[in-house]
Amino acid sequence: METASFLIRKLAEDRVALLGALLISLLVLTAIFAPFLATHPADIAEFHPVERLQGPATAHFFGTDRMGSDIYSRILFGARITITIAVIAIGVSVLIGVPIGLIAGYYHGWFSDMLMRTSDIFLAVPQIVLAIAIAQTLGPSIENVILALSATYWPFWTRLVYAETRSLQNEVFIEASIALGAPPWRVMLLHILPNIMSSIIVRTTIGMGGTILTAAALGFLGLGAPAPSPEWGRMISESREFLPEAWWYATAPGLAIFMVVMGFNLLGDGLRDILDPRIRRSRAHDSK
Amino acid sequence: MKLLVLVLNRFFWFFPTVLGLMLVTFTISHVIPADPVAFVAGDNATNEQIEALRAQLGLDQPVHVQLYRYVLSVVQGDFGVSLYTLRPISHDLASRVPATLELTFVAVLLSAAIGIPLGVISAVNRNSLLDHLLRVFTVSGLAIAAFWLAILLQLLFAMELGWTPLQGRVDGWGPDEVTRFYLIDSLLMGDLDIFLSAASHMMLPAITLAYPAMATIVRFTRAGVLEAINSNYVMYEEAMGFPRRVIVWKFVLRNALIGTVTQIGLIFGILIANAVVVEAVFDWPGLGLYAVQSILQSDYNAIMGFTVVAGVIFIVVNLIVDIAHGFIDPRESR
Repeated sequence: METASFLIRKLAEDRVALLGALLISLLVLTAIFAPFLATHPADIAEFHPVERLQGPATAHFFGTDRMGSDIYSRILFGARITITIAVIAIGVSVLIGVPIGLIAGYYHGWFSDMLMRTSDIFLAVPQIVLAIAIAQTLGPSIENVILALSATYWPFWTRLVYAETRSLQNEVFIEASIALGAPPWRVMLLHILPNIMSSIIVRTTIGMGGTILTAAALGFLGLGAPAPSPEWGRMISESREFLPEAWWYATAPGLAIFMVVMGFNLLGDGLRDILDPRIRRSRAHDSK
Repeated sequence: MKLLVLVLNRFFWFFPTVLGLMLVTFTISHVIPADPVAFVAGDNATNEQIEALRAQLGLDQPVHVQLYRYVLSVVQGDFGVSLYTLRPISHDLASRVPATLELTFVAVLLSAAIGIPLGVISAVNRNSLLDHLLRVFTVSGLAIAAFWLAILLQLLFAMELGWTPLQGRVDGWGPDEVTRFYLIDSLLMGDLDIFLSAASHMMLPAITLAYPAMATIVRFTRAGVLEAINSNYVMYEEAMGFPRRVIVWKFVLRNALIGTVTQIGLIFGILIANAVVVEAVFDWPGLGLYAVQSILQSDYNAIMGFTVVAGVIFIVVNLIVDIAHGFIDPRESR
């Protein structure tokens, strides 16, 4: 509890991180209240060919798309897709990656080596390349994008947790709890995990931004949710036929992606400054 | 001696990693689809056609035999034929590697040429308005979707201002193929027109790729310079009366760059990932565009070929960076 209030107090002092938190809150609120905020909520599935490709005006804040649907309303509903993909994909990656990292870090032997080499293979290829291969084989849908991202992102947490667990193992309090006869699961869950939680939180926050970018790229390539889904990457891809006349078409979804990813990156940077004591020290050095 | 161990160790892990990568692509292509043959044959195939295709592709064999054959053929550079053009995938991929490599090399040079000076300026003027502005600029580079930036640049410079071509690699026929890098080949031919055409086509895709990579370079150079500038040898050089300019740009920078060089592996990862979408936007005839076209044609053989080749390029780059790092900074060779 004490750490949580410390964290919030520190975050409130860091205006840049606060801006990040603000952008993320905006995304969450948008996703929750999309039906109320949208001016044309039916436009997710409805077409109005008469009104196609109209520029931004009071009737349509961000203009209309090739089907005559209101881009502003579609962006709001797109926030739901973005959050769903990012939260589930990252959640699954953490749930797979952290236990594997703990086990590989705690035990020494061929099994640990095998686990780490497996994660190295996944890290040896750029995430989007494997994600493309998986999403392509499974067919375009949101579920498959989530699956492809989860399957390629878990090793990031495995690496991190493995390294931190290994460095904690020589600490006296870990040795003491082992000497007292605590079973391995107890040492891992109650003694090691709480101490590496801050690193996991930082990595997860920054990972959200990266996942949203990759998901948008998959959508752009046509591997995401099929039409007429208001997925931001897909909207940008659709707009290309109508450039340069319909300049507003790609502007709004691109800005939406930018703001959300920026939010997670800024918050992640701020959290790292607060939670990582090594950086805290170099910061003090920095401002000297 | 330690260095030799490092090099051997890295080489030793190269083969299992590539083998593991093949195991992953094999799993994706042979195990995940409920019936890969029906998937390949399409919806209209009859049962006899499917069975014939199954035997032809060797998919009626047990899984371990399939895996063995798959690894054997990939090692020999055989990725099978494209399900769309029926041409060998290895030919298609080989003809497209130079375009992607040329683009990524130019992007790396561009991002280093701009990123390193910006990182130094940022560190020397730390916590000034300039430093904060540069921070916003670089953080944005890591948050912007590459395909969106590509479209914005196209919209402004190609469509509105007409300063650069919209897409493609060169006007008309390319230069005689020697290195297959158009910028070099056109100079070898002595044809300035083709060189200028290739350079102007290169401009927008290279900038799009370079921006996020540059952001990473600025961050690490800034951190490296800040660390080096507080060390004792800098104090000594100041006492010796070296001008500040010489100390920063000559002595400090050289030490600061070690950290930046080790990030080239990471930067290359960003570049390959972004090249897929950037090549698609600029119609740049490289590996990325090939992958995108294969996605549109559901050509899963070609996608797996692309995955293996992109993976191997990435693994080789990281191998080189690791070894180079061992030479630059012997402390790191554990």
